[in-house]
Amino acid sequence: MKSKIKDLTEAVNIVKNGDTLMVGGFLQCGQPQHLVGALTKTDVRDLTLISTDTGTMETSNHFLLKSGKVIRIMASYIGGNPEAGNFLMTGDAEVLLFPQGTLAEKIRAGGAGLGGFLSPVGIGTVVEEGKQKLTVDGKEYLLELPLWANVAFIKADKADKAGNLRIHGSARNFNVLMATAADHVVAEVSEIVETGEIDPDDVNVPGVFVDTLVKI
Amino acid sequence: MESREFIARRVAREFRDGDVVNLGIGMPTMVANYIPEDISVILQSENGLLGLGPRAEGARIDENIIDAGGGYVTVLKGASFFDSAVSFGIIRGGHVDATVLGALEVDQEGNLASWMVPGKKVTGMGGAMDLVTGAKKVIISMEHLNKKGEPKILRKCRLPLTARGQVDLIVTEMAVIAHRPGSGLEVLEIAPGITRDDLIRATEADLKFSDSLKLMEV
Repeated sequence: MKSKIKDLTEAVNIVKNGDTLMVGGFLQCGQPQHLVGALTKTDVRDLTLISTDTGTMETSNHFLLKSGKVIRIMASYIGGNPEAGNFLMTGDAEVLLFPQGTLAEKIRAGGAGLGGFLSPVGIGTVVEEGKQKLTVDGKEYLLELPLWANVAFIKADKADKAGNLRIHGSARNFNVLMATAADHVVAEVSEIVETGEIDPDDVNVPGVFVDTLVKI
Repeated sequence: MESREFIARRVAREFRDGDVVNLGIGMPTMVANYIPEDISVILQSENGLLGLGPRAEGARIDENIIDAGGGYVTVLKGASFFDSAVSFGIIRGGHVDATVLGALEVDQEGNLASWMVPGKKVTGMGGAMDLVTGAKKVIISMEHLNKKGEPKILRKCRLPLTARGQVDLIVTEMAVIAHRPGSGLEVLEIAPGITRDDLIRATEADLKFSDSLKLMEV
């Protein structure tokens, strides 16, 4: 099997102008910092960024937004990264906000081949604007559509050469979901071991989802 | 006792042994300090863990274990980690017994506004809409008046809503008030030193007083 291991520069060159990019993590936890940092140094532009909270001031997402490469953000919370909040005020980038569970499930639906799902979250709020409403057993739901990206950047602790990933603690967050919902998935990992060295019981992301591994 | 502590202590008495509880950021987080010793609750954190323990300090900090506010935390025996889809499945699927959140406004139809003030910097709704829609019991813990001294419990919310008709209980430093779907707000408890008139003056919404009105104790 062709090796999935690449260096940082080679890995981030997969991202093209106009791409939709998913970035895993929740605040400072489980952010693929090095991938995002390396992308910031490339000439790529006009990106749509999907990230639950666009990180914090200390994460490289902050610098990615500052670099002007992002024209659209899809997130649930942007309070940790003032740069994203500024975009909402200035209009320099479009900011679309979703309830966090809805954002997670849209990504899951994309990765699971679903045409969407019905959620009660957001009924009676601005979230329902422009969405189809359906009633099932007398209860109202919003039709939420799936999300898919050209590239997903995720982070894991350990990978084997087949791409199976082990993610520790609360860093699973959006990393596990985004791994399923992009044409090309790049995982930033602290350790790469031989195939078979991660117990199948301990795999959080099956290797079939992972295209590229970058050891940091 | 300062009013925030008084509110947090009273909210903590709402839980039953074995409840799964999600506490919002800010004053709701303080509730964890006052859970009665004779019960144990399981704290859920929407970034992907059940069994949240106290803050981690020094050598106990693990950078991969945070709460939903980004603080480094410990986990208790029996804890579990999961991804965000599972986490919000737990929330949306009704597996959380109670959630405690702050509010900008609450109204007599059980509507909640807590995430946005038009014209001010928007931070996003995060997981609040999911929590308020999915948790079995929604408890609002807040000061009775806003910083300008105006009522926060209104006839009708004026700010953009977080959820429609989902609030079950409001706990402030003045009273404990239940939302009864279809029949408005009912005062269950009133704080020591507060009269019914004081409460009515500090509240825009119509209030009914329970036949078994009690003194608010912590």
